[in-house]
Amino acid sequence: MDSTPVGDRLYQGVTTAFALIIPALLLFIAWEVLRGAWPALRHFGFSFYTTSEWDDVNGRFGAAPAVFGTVVSSILALIIATPLAVGVAIFLSEFAPRWLRQPIAFLVDLLAAIPSVVYGLWGIIVLVPFLRESVMSFIRDTLHLGGLPLFSGPAYGPSMLAAGCILAIMILPYISAVTREVLMAVPRSQREAALALGATRWEMIWDAVLPYARSGIIGGVILGLGRALGETMAVTMVIGNRHEISASLFAPGYTMASVIANEFSEATNEIHVSALMAVGFGLLVVTIIVNAIARWLVWRTARGPAGAP
Amino acid sequence: MTAATARPRAEAVSSHRELLAKRARQTRGRRRVVNYVMVSASYLSAAVVALPLILILVYLIKQGASSVGWSFFTQPPVPAGEPGGGMANAMVGTLILVAIASLVGLPIGIGAGLFLAEQRGTRTANAVRFLSDVLNGLPSIVIGIFAWQVLVRPLHHYSALAGGLALGAMMIPLVTRATEEMIRVVPTSLREAALALGYTKWRTSLSVVLRTALPGIVTGALVAVARVAGETAPLIFTAFGNQFWSFSPFKPIAALPMSIYSYAISPYDDWHRQAWAGALVLLALVFIISLAARFATRARYGLGGD
Repeated sequence: MDSTPVGDRLYQGVTTAFALIIPALLLFIAWEVLRGAWPALRHFGFSFYTTSEWDDVNGRFGAAPAVFGTVVSSILALIIATPLAVGVAIFLSEFAPRWLRQPIAFLVDLLAAIPSVVYGLWGIIVLVPFLRESVMSFIRDTLHLGGLPLFSGPAYGPSMLAAGCILAIMILPYISAVTREVLMAVPRSQREAALALGATRWEMIWDAVLPYARSGIIGGVILGLGRALGETMAVTMVIGNRHEISASLFAPGYTMASVIANEFSEATNEIHVSALMAVGFGLLVVTIIVNAIARWLVWRTARGPAGAP
Repeated sequence: MTAATARPRAEAVSSHRELLAKRARQTRGRRRVVNYVMVSASYLSAAVVALPLILILVYLIKQGASSVGWSFFTQPPVPAGEPGGGMANAMVGTLILVAIASLVGLPIGIGAGLFLAEQRGTRTANAVRFLSDVLNGLPSIVIGIFAWQVLVRPLHHYSALAGGLALGAMMIPLVTRATEEMIRVVPTSLREAALALGYTKWRTSLSVVLRTALPGIVTGALVAVARVAGETAPLIFTAFGNQFWSFSPFKPIAALPMSIYSYAISPYDDWHRQAWAGALVLLALVFIISLAARFATRARYGLGGD
């Protein structure tokens, strides 16, 4: 329309420009990280992500231990956090008396507000000694499970297990917030129908509420996975930082994010910097994919089930 | 029908009934037990989740309070082994970094949020919204190496500016989505009234819609500030840290989370105490900002009258 006042056109132009900064920034980030990673990627090829030698003196780099550690610590975190987070969300949306709902939700939100480095500090000084002296020795000496590869080797303390525990605490509020949101989106009639048919409260939740919210909950869990994959400081402080693949949860490991945090400012030669950039690029690609899947699932559920108006 | 044939059948029927009733009781019993167990599990998980938080807070206050003193707020660090010293320079550094971040993150975030709320449903808006969520999901360490590559590598030195801009990039998606949500709840009737009075669209947006949504946007901005104030990863190789006072955006600068990090991984007990003190101060800062954000929202609902 030509009659649009100049002010309106200007206003629309400015807000559009601000909005378009977001895609531009994302592209710029991806491009610059790829550019930094290029020498290493060209030199090592895709085997960069599948070999495990990391020798910065002789310029040989393979990120497999970091990839392995990232995947294992994140999955461990999901195994610990998911049941708890879904449990809290169910509690908050279905059972909690009104006076308890706000405080508990606030506490869970606070978990998300604590900076990563504070978790790391607590992890180093409280959690790691506790795991070494109580949990690991309990599994070894009382349950006699030291023979299993999962619990083999010396128990240092800084370990994959410690990283998994810290990550679980850190991602729990994200999973629980999304789950609560999708549970709230389940229509009341769904619950009332199940109760009218004689279901117990749990059966009502299990058979009528959870199936309805399922893909949204899975989305929340994947969102938590995205956070866990990229979480840096707390993990760097408790995982032990060693370039080795071990089946044992008691052994120290590495993650992609902690390799970068640990070595980047000390990297002296070009190829070392580039290798760390390549680790970052791998992380960027994986987290974009994981987040895209999660957002899509949550969005689909919040919109209602397939076929609903 | 004789009694001889009727009786066994009646007995059979009644025993069958009893069996059914018994089975029903059993299943009802089992269902009740399952129900009881699972409902308890849900209560229990709420307790279990509250536990680490309480443990962390208690430990933090116990360890931190004894180490926070006057010098902690007024002195820069001293070399290891010497008594005293504080994190005053890191606190100022955090403020400077957050200020730079806000200078970048707030205008872009609010502008993009306005766009998303007003162009809702268009293909561009949907794409921008999705990409802003993707940006929000990027690990902060990746933003850090990006800022290093763009601002540190070509200039050959670490700077507060590089760190602040990295934090600013992290703020953009947070502020964008918060702004959009808050503008969405502004009633359309308000906008229509302004337009009917002859306001132009841009004046309606800025002086009516934006102003009504302002407390909510302030909340979103504060939450974003609280979030980036605690960030460490993107600063390690951009702002880099500094043992001394620095107020220049073009020099390396200290930040509270970075100081906590380097003290926490040091071998000295004395430094661990300082780290606890720093963590207590950082957490207090973050919580105060979060509480302020809550109050800003409450004021909004109070004024909104709905």
